[in-house]
Amino acid sequence: MRIYAIAVYLFLYIPIGIIALFSFNAGRHASQLQGFSLQWYGRALSNTFVTDALTTSLIVAFVSATFASVFGTMAALALQGVRGKPRVLFDAMIYIAVMIPGIVIGIATLIALVTAFNWINPLMAALWPQGFEPPRLSMGYGSLIAAHTLFTMALVIIIVRARISGMDRSLSEASADLYATPFGTFRQVTLPMIFPAVLAGFLLSFTFSFDDFIIAFFVAGSETTLPIYVFSSIRRGVTPEINAIGTMVLAVSLILLIAAQAILQRGRRGSARPAA
Amino acid sequence: MRPSLRNWLLLAPAGAWFLAMLVLPLAVVLIFSFGERGPAGGYVPAFTLEQYANLPARWTAFKNTLTLAPFGTLLALLIAYPLAYFLAIRTDPKWRTLLLILVIVPFWTSILIRSYAWIFILGGQGIPSLLALVGLENVRLINTQFAVLTGIIYGYLPLMVFPIYVSLERLDKRLLEASSDLGSPPWRTFLQVTLPLSLPGVATGCMLVFILLMGEFLIPAILGGGKVFFVGNALVDLFLQSRNWAYGSAVAVTLVAIMLITVTFYMRFVRRWSAGRDDVSLM
Repeated sequence: MRIYAIAVYLFLYIPIGIIALFSFNAGRHASQLQGFSLQWYGRALSNTFVTDALTTSLIVAFVSATFASVFGTMAALALQGVRGKPRVLFDAMIYIAVMIPGIVIGIATLIALVTAFNWINPLMAALWPQGFEPPRLSMGYGSLIAAHTLFTMALVIIIVRARISGMDRSLSEASADLYATPFGTFRQVTLPMIFPAVLAGFLLSFTFSFDDFIIAFFVAGSETTLPIYVFSSIRRGVTPEINAIGTMVLAVSLILLIAAQAILQRGRRGSARPAA
Repeated sequence: MRPSLRNWLLLAPAGAWFLAMLVLPLAVVLIFSFGERGPAGGYVPAFTLEQYANLPARWTAFKNTLTLAPFGTLLALLIAYPLAYFLAIRTDPKWRTLLLILVIVPFWTSILIRSYAWIFILGGQGIPSLLALVGLENVRLINTQFAVLTGIIYGYLPLMVFPIYVSLERLDKRLLEASSDLGSPPWRTFLQVTLPLSLPGVATGCMLVFILLMGEFLIPAILGGGKVFFVGNALVDLFLQSRNWAYGSAVAVTLVAIMLITVTFYMRFVRRWSAGRDDVSLM
C-alpha cells in the first residue's frame, strides 16, 4: 500500500522534476546532462518575445484576478440575502461558468465579441467627429481579461461563500446591536473574517489566468500570452529554453498555491475541510 | 439604504458580467449553429439544419472523445482509489493534509507544461531509448493513444483523488471496526462497508474528470500529434484555421448537448443508486 502511494507520487512529480533538471543543463541536447548552468534562463529572459508574453500574462492575470475578487466577493455577500428565483438563476450561472468546457467559453467569447465589434466599429466611425481617428475595438487585453474574469469570478464566489456559510452570524448581529453602521460592521467584523478566503480566491484566480491556454488561444487577438508562446514553440520541438520557461511558470504557480493553501488553512483552522 | 437595494447593487457587476460574457455568447453560438458559412469564412444569417446534417464529417473526433474520455476516466479512477484509500484510512493524520495537498497541487499548475514534460519522457530520447538498451528497438510511444491516455491520467488524477478522499475520510471508522469484530475478513469489510460508502465520492470524481475530458484540447494536441484528436481539436481547427463558424458552432453545441445528457443520466442513475446518502461535492 505504502509502496503504491510512493509510486503514484513519483508518477506525479518525476515529469515536473525532469523539466526542472534539464532546464539547468549546460548542454544543448536533451539526451545527456552536461553540468549545471543558468544560461537557458538568461537566454529566455533576454528573448523579447518571452518577456513581452510574460508581461501580457502578468497584466491580464493581475487585472482579471482583481476584478474577480472584488466583484465575486460583492456577489457572495449579497447572495446571502437573496432568495427565490434570482438566487436559483445566479447559482445556475455560477455552475455553468465553472462546468462549461474552457474551449466552448473561448469559442463563444470569440464569435460574440467579433460580431459585436463588427457592428460597433462602423457605428463609432460614423458618429465620430470629422478629422479625428475613430477608435477601433478589437480582440486583445480587454477580451482576455473579460473572459478570464468570468471563470475566476465564479471561483471566488464559491470560495468566499463557503467561508461566509461557516461564519458565526451572531458576531455581525452583536455589532449591529451595538449601534455599528452596516458599513462599520462590514469593515470591522465581516471583512476581517472573510479576508483569508478573498485573498486565497485572488491567488487561485491569478494562477488560473496565468496558466490558461485554451481560452486565451481564442480571445487573445494579436496579443501573445506566455502559454500561447510556449504552445507555439513546442510545435517546433523540445528546447532547453522552453524547459527554463516551464520551470519558471511551475514555480510561480507553486508559490501562489502554497500561499493560498496556507491562508485558507489558517483562516478556517479547525472548522471546515480544505477545498481543492 | 434598503437591504434589498443594496444586495442588487452588490450583485450588479457580477450579474452583468455573467450576462455579457456567458449567457449572450452561448446564445450566439446556438444561433450561429443554425446559420451558414460566409464566402470568406465567418457567418451568414440563415435558418438551416445543414450544419447538423454535416456532423458525421467529424465523426472520428467524436468517436475518439467518446471512447478515450470514459476510458481515461476509468483508468484514473482505478489508479486514484487506492491512493485516496491510503491517504484517508492508512495515513497518520499528522501527515494527511500535507500528502493530500501534494496530490492536488499539480492540478492547479499549468497543464500545458505538464503535458510537455511527457513529450520529453515518451519521445525518441526518453523511454524508447531506454527500451532500445534492453533490445526493444523502434518502440513508438509519442503520438499514440497510449501517450494521450498517459497524459490524461497524469493531468486529471488529482481531481479524481480529492472527492474520493473526502468521502472516505468522512466515513465513520467505527463501522470498519464493527465489521471486523463481527468476523468479516478485510476484503469483505472493504466490499460491503468501505466501497459502498465511498461511492458518492467516486461518482463526483468520475463526473468532474469526464466533463473536463470531453472538452480536452491540449493533451491530444501535444501528445497525440494530429493522429489522436478530440472534438476540442476539431473545434480549434474549425474556428482558427478554416474559420467555419456556423459548422464549428454546431459541433460545439453537439458537444455540450452530449455532455449535458450524459451528466443528467449519470446523476439520475447515481442518485437512485445511493438514495438517501450524503452527496460529496468538490466545492
